[in-house]
Amino acid sequence: MTQLTLAKALNAGLRRALADDDKVVLMGEDIGTLGGVFRVTDGLKAEFGANRVVDSPLSEAGLIGTAVGLAYRGFRPVVEIQFDGFIYPGFDQIVAQVAKLHYRSRGTVKMPITIRVPFGGGIGAAEHHSESPEAYFAHTAGLRVVACSNPADAYVMLRQAIASDDPVLFFEPKRRYHVKGEVDESASLADAPPMGVAATLSRGSDVTLVTYGALVQTARDAATAAEEEGISLEVIDLRSLAPIDYAPIEASVRRTGRLVIAHEAGQQGGMGAEIAASITERCFEFLEAAPVRVTGHDIPYPPAKLERHHLPDLDRILDGVDRALGRPNSLSGVEA
Amino acid sequence: MTPSDRDATGLLTRPDPFVQLITPTGERVRNAEYDPWVADVDLEVLGRLYRDMVVVRRIDTEATALQRQGELGLWPPLVGQEAAQIGSAHALRDDDFVFSSYREHALAWHRRVAPAQLLSVWRGTAASGWNPYEHNMAVPQIIIGAQALHATGYAMGLRWEGSDAASIAYFGDGATSEGDVNEALVFASSFDAPVVFFCQNNQWAISEPVGLQSKQAIARRADGFGMPGLRVDGNDVLAVLAATRFALDRARRGEGPSLIEAVTYRMGPHTTADDPKRYRGDAELAEWRERDPISRVLAYLDGSGVDIAGLEREATAEADRVAAELRAAITTLGDPEPLSVFDHVYAEPNSHLERQRANYARYLAMFDEPGERETPAAGAAPEASSSTEGGVR
Repeated sequence: MTQLTLAKALNAGLRRALADDDKVVLMGEDIGTLGGVFRVTDGLKAEFGANRVVDSPLSEAGLIGTAVGLAYRGFRPVVEIQFDGFIYPGFDQIVAQVAKLHYRSRGTVKMPITIRVPFGGGIGAAEHHSESPEAYFAHTAGLRVVACSNPADAYVMLRQAIASDDPVLFFEPKRRYHVKGEVDESASLADAPPMGVAATLSRGSDVTLVTYGALVQTARDAATAAEEEGISLEVIDLRSLAPIDYAPIEASVRRTGRLVIAHEAGQQGGMGAEIAASITERCFEFLEAAPVRVTGHDIPYPPAKLERHHLPDLDRILDGVDRALGRPNSLSGVEA
Repeated sequence: MTPSDRDATGLLTRPDPFVQLITPTGERVRNAEYDPWVADVDLEVLGRLYRDMVVVRRIDTEATALQRQGELGLWPPLVGQEAAQIGSAHALRDDDFVFSSYREHALAWHRRVAPAQLLSVWRGTAASGWNPYEHNMAVPQIIIGAQALHATGYAMGLRWEGSDAASIAYFGDGATSEGDVNEALVFASSFDAPVVFFCQNNQWAISEPVGLQSKQAIARRADGFGMPGLRVDGNDVLAVLAATRFALDRARRGEGPSLIEAVTYRMGPHTTADDPKRYRGDAELAEWRERDPISRVLAYLDGSGVDIAGLEREATAEADRVAAELRAAITTLGDPEPLSVFDHVYAEPNSHLERQRANYARYLAMFDEPGERETPAAGAAPEASSSTEGGVR
């Protein structure tokens, strides 16, 4: 076991993937000489050369479109999108090409492309640097979407994403980049849980609390705080947003009867809506209350001095827990 | 003409010169720069190119007829662009990789794709007609210009592997306005990728004249990207062959990409759902008929003493045979299994889709029980002629 920051764990995962398979190539803006704006690719160009760790011209469509061509040729491109809000110029290539080529080619052309996206807010950044675009991609057939929340998962899940024959949108919680955790660098991929599996982080009996990415730590803190009030939260880290591993959520809700979903992204058409609907369909008769969503507002990401009013924090999550439990809360007495 | 003159399409500022090795009336024009690239092309080879062009035109007219008869949903004709496609196809090696748009039927033919495979997509029975790795030709692209980036990425891979193969991206004049094409030119240039950008300037992007896409000859844009731009008569199969060989040779020698503008004309509609009478006149079409890519090769062969009556007979016989086989194969192509709609979305098992598939299978199974209504999968086939105009852009 080694203590690594999440960024260093990703770096170690990339190094391992580059060493294990010479078809793996890293592409992105400023990822070579600079080592990436978050230093996730630090030192890799020096170690593997400019044809394996490629500084690309500033074009997200170009990055992803050329990755498609490389995948056609048998490569496993790992593309870094510098910031979440910069992914949109590449959106067409992701949705119309990366996601559909395996289907369009009737299974003959594989698209083992990993698209790494630092996502989410909380770092006081400029506009377009704090977004949570994951639902666009979870909505798109043909893509897999995952979000890591801690260094150990980051190290393993990134290697799993690169090894996957399906294209993977890999979301990295940027405000957790510098938080350390234990990483087992000797762990084999075969022994690790697959990236498609959710993780139940704390057992609880009153409310099931589902989240992913940076909010996983907030949810754990909320569980600790709730415990002091005698409320027992079961925290589930989704890890995979497409497909969603419903089994542990469903099993949990059958016990707790109450579901809260938290994410930084806006509410409308988001992951919370999908999970609330699916769990309602699967185990309606076990629900004691309507599922609750604690999300960012449906607004463009606000200026840094306002982001704390946008991002769900510990107290907003606990307010949602109170709604699920029918305890006094911010919406008490308000018609739904 | 002066730079301020407008041509028939309204906006093009001036017709740049292009390279022509065979005139529309069949005279050979000598060109010291291009002739060496086709020095080996004798009358027999030209006869084969002629025959290929006749066959692909026949496939094309047969496909249009099949669409009119309700056997295809839609068809984008290539008629008029045979020389641009066959000439460039002939320059390629088998291990070069083709990234095309949806109109490069001649490329598919030249790379030995069965015409019925090509048409199956337009009949709506399959998402694609062939395995790209069996023909070294990617699945045709409908998003305008997207394939230029794919060809570039593929070529970057070739270069990193040390291969001397190349890739070629086909796109039209309309695509040159897309970001993807411009970004492909940047990436290809920066990485010295062995890729040939082959633009068929067929004058029209559905109803929009080329002058709306570019105020100057498309080939001239190459200079801004730091690569050679070649402008050739796209209805001259020999000139196209020479230019493509030049560009491929450059790519193989590690000197990077080139942009070819093949000046040609889309003699038919954009697709069978299009009505060109709404945006262009008969006079323009008549003018381009005079520059037909097939008749000029025949005229040249005639002037060179070839028995063109025999050649025409052979080519027509082959074209008729191919068309008859195509018709027989396509009209008997059955509808795919309903549950195959779920196939190949993912390469690996996917819990969500497996659940959806199982649920739909249960739904379909209800119709198998005695006394139930007819399955919707069999009874609700859409009208083949219902495609909306511009359904493929």
